[in-house]
Amino acid sequence: MSIVETRILLRHAADPQLATIDGYRSYGGYTTLEKAYREMEPDTIVNELEESGLRGRGGAGFSMGKKVSFLPHGNQTKYLCCNADESEPGAFKDRELMQRNPHQLIEGIVIASYAAGISHAFIFIRGEYDVQADILDRATAEAYEAGYLGENILGSGHNLELTVHRGAGAYICGEETALLDALEGKRGNPRLKPPFPAVQGLYGGPTLINNVETLSNVSHIVANGAEWFRSFGTEQSPGTKVVSISGGVRRPGNYEVELGVSLRDLICGLAGGPLEDREIKAFYPGGSSSPVLTPDELDLPYSFEAMAEAGSMLGSGSIIVADDSVSIPHMALRTARFYHHESCGKCTPCREGTNWTVKMLERVVRGEATPMDLDIITSVQANIIGHCLCVLGDSMAMPVSAMVNKFRDEFEEVIAHAAINGLPSTAGRESQEAGLEPGPGGVGLEVLRRERLMGRPVPESAQAPEELPRA
Amino acid sequence: MDDFTPTEDFISPGLPVDEANTTGREPLGDPQEVPELSEVDCPDELRVTIEASMALYPDHKSASIPALWAVQRAYGWCTPEGIRQAAAVMKVTPAYLESVASFYDLFRLQPSGESQILVCTNISCWMRGGDELLDAFCEATGADREGAGHGGAMSADGTVMVSGFECLGACDLAPMASVNERYFGPLEPADAKTVIEQLGSGEEVLPEKVLAARPLPGGDQESSDKRVTSTKGPNR
Repeated sequence: MSIVETRILLRHAADPQLATIDGYRSYGGYTTLEKAYREMEPDTIVNELEESGLRGRGGAGFSMGKKVSFLPHGNQTKYLCCNADESEPGAFKDRELMQRNPHQLIEGIVIASYAAGISHAFIFIRGEYDVQADILDRATAEAYEAGYLGENILGSGHNLELTVHRGAGAYICGEETALLDALEGKRGNPRLKPPFPAVQGLYGGPTLINNVETLSNVSHIVANGAEWFRSFGTEQSPGTKVVSISGGVRRPGNYEVELGVSLRDLICGLAGGPLEDREIKAFYPGGSSSPVLTPDELDLPYSFEAMAEAGSMLGSGSIIVADDSVSIPHMALRTARFYHHESCGKCTPCREGTNWTVKMLERVVRGEATPMDLDIITSVQANIIGHCLCVLGDSMAMPVSAMVNKFRDEFEEVIAHAAINGLPSTAGRESQEAGLEPGPGGVGLEVLRRERLMGRPVPESAQAPEELPRA
Repeated sequence: MDDFTPTEDFISPGLPVDEANTTGREPLGDPQEVPELSEVDCPDELRVTIEASMALYPDHKSASIPALWAVQRAYGWCTPEGIRQAAAVMKVTPAYLESVASFYDLFRLQPSGESQILVCTNISCWMRGGDELLDAFCEATGADREGAGHGGAMSADGTVMVSGFECLGACDLAPMASVNERYFGPLEPADAKTVIEQLGSGEEVLPEKVLAARPLPGGDQESSDKRVTSTKGPNR
């Protein structure tokens, strides 16, 4: 294993004392906050953040400094929401950061709030993270006691309240406008944009929304400067990234690396590669919403731009590895079911599109599909993308269409295999009895695939092949 | 149509009713009217908790999720009466709080026993045996597997709720489960029986598999990179 981690956010994270204010201070914690209040103008901090090129770590990868600069100047009440609703399948980095180093996040929130003139900040943490929410509650109380939160922080005249808000289990609340609705005490439905939250967000006020990891970077950039930050990573993706790796690897977990390291180093180096006697078949490079890549693409650098160029995305930085024991059609179904469950139902293309995609993929794995179904699945995905208020539907459409396009052979094989094994459900059998469809038994794989998938009757004389691929 | 008299069948056409969602949830008063605090028998502790939450936000309606959490902690689930009490404290309609409660997966709208087990069946856990783990928990408790996969099912003795769940954010522990809001993994199907026994006898659940006991996968190595070791600010 040649690659090593570059730990900035996870530095000293193995020390359990780091989660306390004394432990955090013993490693230099809160000195940057003090320096910011005593020596720096808010605009200087905003400039530094913009110069650093720090991109949002929650999924969209938008420049954090730009987001701050979009907030209007002036005396109106402004809000900050830290998005800690990490619910993307495959992502668990924010959990680690909050659990091991909550004060790093709080220091970042206070500095960003000072820079943007924000007077009330919220951490919206998913309800399932009960342990981490308790840790944040304790850390917040410590920060209040130390005078880093509350009224007139360090005599600067800046007031800041920080509230830890527990969600209650809804993936959609990670979407920034749905998060705002949930924080306002409503069902978490996304809002129409524009107006963007920077103009009109929480309670109608200008609101800055950033991910846990993004805000955790703030104190490091302010302490060491934009140029230092840019010495890590690539031109367009500066800094380090905490990458969550899971699925079929030997050492799943969070690893902090410079952006731009190769995927092979991450998956096969740090995470130990596939399990014994297994090979990598496909992987999601940026959470379950990202179009899957294949082993051919393992040598790509792990950066926002390289992932976009490969037709996928870095997203939240969560890699899920599927090895050769995984059936891609079943994985597509598992993915689609998640989005179907989590769709809030507000926009028709997402609500109906996720529903029909699940139904069609269920037909695929039951062996009741035709080639038209695969084409219809792809066309349904195309009709979801870009047609809804938020990207939840797109998040299913992108990986599902990538799987159908890149592994079409396997989809066809699964259909044929399930059909030959007499797996068609009762519904299938009923339609056979009614003479609507040919019987699937005793049909050669190729014949069945071609004929059945063309939607034509299968000749009864066709024989089943002796060996069939495993579904 | 002036002389049209609706028949019994017209009023109630015998459509299938999802009993799981309606049993025990008949409204206790008009759900569209804000109940007076004097009309409900709200325990002081619950009222104080909800009022404290309301004070944390510029708009008191923001406390609806914290209030429902408080109701669930007080009664074990979001009972219709508990929701009425919270509505009275918050001065909102019970219907409003119901609409919020039914949106979120962690609010339980049915009695759910003393312990709740959420088994992740999302992609990473599914790859590593999440479905089999859910099978094992159902077998160990006697909970209905079909129900457990669709919103949760109760154990045969009614003390434990088992539910398949979407990604809990712990794919590194796959396959994993959340037992009474604590994460455990990676779990073997055989662990299910152990967990149920430990819950029954009041012992600590799987101390060696709890998330808090898990080190970073890369160990406690520190970077020797000069750019890191020479940093100012936090984590020096």
